[in-house]
Amino acid sequence: MSAETHEVHRHPAPTGFIRKYIFSIDHKVIGIQYIMLALAAVLVGMIMSLLMRLNLSWPGTSWPILETLFPTGAPGGLMTPEFYLSLVTMHGTIMVFFVLTTAPQGGFGNYFLPIQIGAEDMAFPYLNMLSFWVTLVGFIVILLAIVVEGNASVGQWFAGLGPSFTGGSGTVGPIGGWTGYAPLSALGKVAGPGQGAGMNLWVISIAIFCVGSLLGALNFITTLLNMRTKGMSLMRMPLTCWAWFTTAVLALLSFPVLLGGGILLLLDRIAGTSFFIPSGLYVSGLLSGSNPNFPLHTGGSPILWQHLFWFFGHPEVYIAILPGMGATSHILATFARKPIFGYRAMVFAIFAIGLLGFFVWGHHMFISGMSPYSAIAFSVLTLSIGVPSAVKTFNWLGTLWGARIRFTTAMLFAIGFVSLFVAGGITGLILGQSSLDLPMHDTYIVTAHFHLVMGVASIFGMFAALYFWFPKMFGRFMNETIGRIHFWITFIGVYTIFVPMHIMGIVGMPRRYSSFTEYRFLDSLHPLVVLVTVAAIITIAAQFLFYFNVFWSIFKGKKAGDNPWEATTLEWTTATPPPHDNFAGVLPTVYHGPYEFAVPGAPNDFVMQTDVGADVPSGDGHNGHKH
Amino acid sequence: MATMVTSTKKVTSKGIGSGGGFPGPNGKKPGGNGFHGGDRSKRKFSPATYRITMWVVLAAVVMMFAALSSVYIMSTEEQRRPIAMPSMFFVSTALILVSSGTFHQAGRSLQKDRPRAYLRWLLATLGLGLAFLGSQFVGWRELARAGVYFAGHPRSTFFYLATALHGLHLAGGIALVLYLVVRRLRLGWLLHGQKNSTWHSVVGLYWHTMDGIWVWLFLLLLIFK
Repeated sequence: MSAETHEVHRHPAPTGFIRKYIFSIDHKVIGIQYIMLALAAVLVGMIMSLLMRLNLSWPGTSWPILETLFPTGAPGGLMTPEFYLSLVTMHGTIMVFFVLTTAPQGGFGNYFLPIQIGAEDMAFPYLNMLSFWVTLVGFIVILLAIVVEGNASVGQWFAGLGPSFTGGSGTVGPIGGWTGYAPLSALGKVAGPGQGAGMNLWVISIAIFCVGSLLGALNFITTLLNMRTKGMSLMRMPLTCWAWFTTAVLALLSFPVLLGGGILLLLDRIAGTSFFIPSGLYVSGLLSGSNPNFPLHTGGSPILWQHLFWFFGHPEVYIAILPGMGATSHILATFARKPIFGYRAMVFAIFAIGLLGFFVWGHHMFISGMSPYSAIAFSVLTLSIGVPSAVKTFNWLGTLWGARIRFTTAMLFAIGFVSLFVAGGITGLILGQSSLDLPMHDTYIVTAHFHLVMGVASIFGMFAALYFWFPKMFGRFMNETIGRIHFWITFIGVYTIFVPMHIMGIVGMPRRYSSFTEYRFLDSLHPLVVLVTVAAIITIAAQFLFYFNVFWSIFKGKKAGDNPWEATTLEWTTATPPPHDNFAGVLPTVYHGPYEFAVPGAPNDFVMQTDVGADVPSGDGHNGHKH
Repeated sequence: MATMVTSTKKVTSKGIGSGGGFPGPNGKKPGGNGFHGGDRSKRKFSPATYRITMWVVLAAVVMMFAALSSVYIMSTEEQRRPIAMPSMFFVSTALILVSSGTFHQAGRSLQKDRPRAYLRWLLATLGLGLAFLGSQFVGWRELARAGVYFAGHPRSTFFYLATALHGLHLAGGIALVLYLVVRRLRLGWLLHGQKNSTWHSVVGLYWHTMDGIWVWLFLLLLIFK
């Protein structure tokens, strides 16, 4: 047996439809399942953002469809402030957890990490399947949280479990933001609409999601550390793998904290404990302990929930963005036909961002009344994240510098990612300083900042990844013309949506308000609000082009070969789409770094990682100039 | 054009990057990748997979207990309330410390290839683990008699919650030790092998960590009031 050809037959390919496509243990199918889950979830989240925009621009308008869907929630088709707040909550929760955490990591990571390191599957295929199904259960529970509060009859489904399990309060889910701030979220029905069954299901859904993500993270870490093929040293891994690995480590260390916090929050809600409920709380005209509906709570701290939440919450935003950074690096190098500029620096920057992410959670809490001294510490650490972020940005620009760029749709989205990351990141330097954050924190500038830098940028990373890897996944290209139209409308659209929000924020428009008709000083901003809504409608409409492109191209797209982009990494060495065990029984051996483009003397302008050709200069990925 | 080359390290016939750093079993063996030379239909046992997995699991578990501990430590003046440590929890501490010792002894018996002693020490560990859970239960009753209830005050809830979550994790450890016993009974004298020693060390890692977490929680509850 030669060194290059070790045969592998891990588990035979399943034949039945259910084992092949539904309860599959194949990481590729599970990856696609995650992507499909994200495509469904993003639709829900997007429709919610549309409803919010409509109400902000034309408050008081009656929307008959709302009355049909939520007879209790929107009587007469009018959106109540509570309805709006529950939309804010569910939009955030669904987008952050079920879109930005599932697709980049669970989706593309699951599909391509094993192939890119030359493994025939994840270390624990059954655990992998379990992690998807657990996540899906979490999604179903969060959908249930919407109807349980929005519909009076569904609201009674869980009423037998206790007083806090009744819903039907006329909102579309709980109210509390995706952060679920205590004490509002900890009190139960007494705190007002949306605080019954919907909030319980919200907490339960997040706890389930934590478990699913932990199982996934466990698999990713073990697979990457232990199942790399011969020759695939750590410094020869594509940057995507580094990003997924760092993301998995972040998930592993941050989700248990949220899980612990979630358990405490649920106990406060259903078991009468008071971790997050302070003494002497007066809510809805009732004093704690004065009424059987509001039992006595003593000694809790609402700020404690914020600490626990943001200790998870900050790494979480990196969980969303890091895979996008990995995909962007990968795609930029491929279509610039140049080695990624500063591979080693990129790896260390990913790790530095991940590491620093654990020490900056306090910058979400500057207005919580924390000591100015801790605020300074959090502020300095926050600003220091600018250093590895700048390293990455300059290396991306360095990769593009002087390149003969192939402007495919995937490349456009990757460049768009860089643009959005810079545009959104700049305001991070402003908001990271406590003195500037204090007046701005509850305004639209924060909304604009995080949507650009971790929302839209991550989504652009995923778009780039999907356009790039689609031929490998389905054997067909996505339509490039539709893709370009999709890119330009989306790219111009998101800037038109979020740049005006910066201005609104500086003027002082508060976020999370359902309408501004009562605030005369904001009247002059109304044309801007309408502009944002129109841009949002056009951008959302363009996403249906994307949906059409995905599903049309699966069946009718132009057929793709094994290596249509002339790329170098292992996923392009195998068949399209890859066989069940990825490499048809022969695991590849790796001789080169991941981004050997523009290699002098090579027959093409690139060297695949598996090319033996010993005369061609090789490397372990770093960008040194040793001649 | 030479500046575009990532580097110029020569590829030699065998020096093709043997796996990078930790844990780096890749590329070191011709078989590589944890696959048999002989039986290709089955995946070869890879000790590193089990060890890495256990470390990763423990990292998550430790993070959760760290979060809970910080909840306890970061409490405000108003939240502090001295709660007397139930005397039974001292017994619990003794039991779990001894159980780590017996588990260690089991490992030594395994090394010396003494299956009967191995089984005895494993059963002793199992018994001590179950006794620990029992003592926890008795300890809770003691707390309740002293007027410390689950609901009411964060400090008293924490007493129950921390011990219950630890107990739950220790129950997982008991299941793992039980699995070792089952393996021992099924394999009889054929104990000496990489797979057994790996399983034993992985379970040991978990067991000793649960011991450590208990000692940490015990000291936290005892000293930090």
